[in-house]
Amino acid sequence: MTRTIAVVTAGLGKPSTTRLLADRLAQATDRALRLYDEQGQVEVVELRELARDITDNLLTGFPSEALAEAVRTVVEADGVIAVTPVFSASYSGLFKSFFDVLEEDALAGKPVLVAATAGTARHSLVLDSAMRPLFAYLRALVVPTGVFGASEDFGSNASGSLAERVDRAGRELADLVMGQRSSGRPDPFDNPTPFEQLLGGGT
Amino acid sequence: MQFGIFSVGDVTTDPTTGRTPTEHERIKATVEIAKKAEEVGLDVFATGEHHNPPFVASAPTTTLAYIGAQTERIILSTATTLITTTDPVLIAENYAKLQHLTDGRVDLMMGRGNTGPVYPWFGKDIRDGIPLAIENYHLLHRLWREDIVDWEGKFRTPLQGFTSTPRPLDGVPPFVWHGSIRSPEIAEQAAYYGDGFFANHIFWPKEHTQRMVALYRRRFEHYGHGSADQAIVGLGGQVFMRKNSQDAVREFRPYFDNAPVYGHGPSLEDFMAQTPLTVGSPQQVIERTLGFRDYVGDYQRQLFLMDHAGLPLETVLEQIEILGSEVVPVLRKEFAALKPAHVPDAPTHASLVAAAGGPVDGTVHAAGDDVTGRATEEVRR
Repeated sequence: MTRTIAVVTAGLGKPSTTRLLADRLAQATDRALRLYDEQGQVEVVELRELARDITDNLLTGFPSEALAEAVRTVVEADGVIAVTPVFSASYSGLFKSFFDVLEEDALAGKPVLVAATAGTARHSLVLDSAMRPLFAYLRALVVPTGVFGASEDFGSNASGSLAERVDRAGRELADLVMGQRSSGRPDPFDNPTPFEQLLGGGT
Repeated sequence: MQFGIFSVGDVTTDPTTGRTPTEHERIKATVEIAKKAEEVGLDVFATGEHHNPPFVASAPTTTLAYIGAQTERIILSTATTLITTTDPVLIAENYAKLQHLTDGRVDLMMGRGNTGPVYPWFGKDIRDGIPLAIENYHLLHRLWREDIVDWEGKFRTPLQGFTSTPRPLDGVPPFVWHGSIRSPEIAEQAAYYGDGFFANHIFWPKEHTQRMVALYRRRFEHYGHGSADQAIVGLGGQVFMRKNSQDAVREFRPYFDNAPVYGHGPSLEDFMAQTPLTVGSPQQVIERTLGFRDYVGDYQRQLFLMDHAGLPLETVLEQIEILGSEVVPVLRKEFAALKPAHVPDAPTHASLVAAAGGPVDGTVHAAGDDVTGRATEEVRR
């Protein structure tokens, strides 16, 4: 069986360090899923390519076709890897805007691995001070290990191996994904609340 | 099929001149626009209702009554009447009065309103939007159909032995549409009562309209009002026309780029591809509008947004002229040729009276004390 892993990456450069970290996390998750005899099907959402569409959605209230496809990828995935560069002491505005245009409850109960990149490890608390609260609000299930990649991590193991943290986070995401029952939400258009119930004050 | 225009009543700066009309100019312009709509042969003029700047669309029945006095034939409607924040007793009275004054040329469209601060101004809370729409309309529905109403609900003071006056003209309440972009509860509500459902349609991709209408039709049949394809559907549309489509695009673009709802966002071209907005030749508008039927089925009412985004009055009147002379006559013929015989037209006062078996005077004469009106419990017909 395959499990879909949506990777949301907000890096702006090409190639970007953020995308690089995102890919390593996706590979680690896939490796961990294979221990369950599962395959990871990784689908990458590059927010840079959707920057205009996301802004348009903020203004018009509806997504373009390309953005709707990206949102579907994320909402229907079995697990999400969300990676942002640190801008001004937090996730980037583009990263936040993408999660701002999702429907309410779209990520409720969804296993999410959070990760961030920056030029210096002094920004690493962004994982716990910004990203975890965001996904807690969205009622997603965030894995215990958040992965922070500073520039120096890509060249040395001085502050503990990045590869080890990546592997651990990937295993945790795979474990959470495997523990999930499929989270199909009821479509209110298929089963509308009968009017007598609405009239009685129900929802 | 009915064709008409709906007005939001926004006071917006003309981006090409920097000039902003006064409230007075905009209010008078609304009347000119409605009269023009009748003059060019349109069937419906609908006004919005807003209680905050930059709009002049408060007091809708005042506007409609004034227009009604200066027109002969056009149906006066709303887009929308705020069923959430307006006391249903006042809606019952105001629109029944309008019915009498205009000899039945009235229907109305219920909407919730999406401006948070407006709700507390009227003692309500936007988080109760759906429950308010449901409870208030249920009361309104009874006030027009029962001479004496005892009522108690969550959102207003109870009524004991209350008679809403005047009673609906000829014993027949105005036809009601329910408008919503994406709340399945409202499609369900329209279906339950066998009322009309109106999809604003103009700001969002057609998929939203399509699934709302599909739900409404399915539930209309479920509640026994007829087959799904006999449900009463209305759609919004948004167009700007010139003989040459490039001229239309050139002239409309600054208004689009600065429009209050979608301005500074997607390009005109993207928005035209994503929503029903059509900027081009009358022929393009005809083809696009006929295409709406492909995803909602045969429908009964098509309203166009014409006066908005700061377009000057002369331009709006020209647009209505083109709509009435070049577009609607073709649409009428084409839609009529496509519509199967068992699909009804939109109800009018005349058709509702006929369906009820003829007019009945509903006047409620109070017994005894007709000065203070205190004897309501003794009311007799």
